[in-house]
Amino acid sequence: MTRGVFLFLSAFLASGVEMVEALTIVLAVGVTRGWRSTLLGAGAAALGLAAIVAVLGPAVSAVPLTTLRLVVGGLLLIFGLQWLRKAILRAGGYKPLHDEAASYEKERAQAQYAGPERKKSVDWYSFTVSFKGVFLEGLEVAFIVVTFGAAQGNGVAIAAAAAAAAFVVVLVVGTIVRAPLSRVPENTLKFVVGLLLTSFGAFWAGEGASVSWPGDDASLLGILGLLLAISLTTVRLLRRRRAIAGRSLAPAGARA
Amino acid sequence: MKYIRQFLRFWYDFIVGDDWRIAAGVVAAIGLTALVAHRGFAAWWLMVVLVIAVLIGSVRRGAR
Repeated sequence: MTRGVFLFLSAFLASGVEMVEALTIVLAVGVTRGWRSTLLGAGAAALGLAAIVAVLGPAVSAVPLTTLRLVVGGLLLIFGLQWLRKAILRAGGYKPLHDEAASYEKERAQAQYAGPERKKSVDWYSFTVSFKGVFLEGLEVAFIVVTFGAAQGNGVAIAAAAAAAAFVVVLVVGTIVRAPLSRVPENTLKFVVGLLLTSFGAFWAGEGASVSWPGDDASLLGILGLLLAISLTTVRLLRRRRAIAGRSLAPAGARA
Repeated sequence: MKYIRQFLRFWYDFIVGDDWRIAAGVVAAIGLTALVAHRGFAAWWLMVVLVIAVLIGSVRRGAR
């Protein structure tokens, strides 16, 4: 039960974050150069990703479960720790926040200067940019869906359902606003996903390394709680350090 | 050739990312935990401690 909820939440949030980034690119190109080729590119990328999941899913399932948990746990740990590190540094003020509005404007400006749009045939600029955006952002989602699913019985269905739910939510919101989803608290989402992936990764890698967790599945909640407390404390310490550094750099008159 | 390079680049970015020490630390953490667990000791705490150490170490380097 705990694993199923964790699995759904992790896949949903991770997919959501990547899909928001892909949507920004698709919207910028579509608004600037027209929708036909842009949507063709996005559709082709979605088909490519579905094919990868369909091929890799059964192939990965053939690997023995202990080995799979060791490898998948390790990869999820690496991936989760990278997201968590980035989110902590951003929340602490040591890394700039990802700005979807700025990304949107950058893509739009590039699309405007990329030559005239062709009305009848396929506009390859729109197709390629849209394809690359959706495919590259989606590849990480595909990896999460396949590995999460394979390391847990019935998991592919749960992870795929979560990714599909995220796709629908992002698509519906994107269609309604027709603008970059700059109000989505992306760093908070990355923080949560980083925590979930790291907790899952540590749990599975531990099981793969023959560790017996006290309380079995319930220990996932313990790992998550501990990581959350440590991450929040680290963010607070970083903010305080930055504030002190800012004060010591300020001129004497400004401090008075 | 271009696609192979892009494929390898994707996996390099995916695994190494901003700090290669995270990947190295995770491999070391799993190895050490497996070693202790196979000797019959309780090793669950070791995995948790090592993961936290890798995270804090990487954040500290990133905040320099």
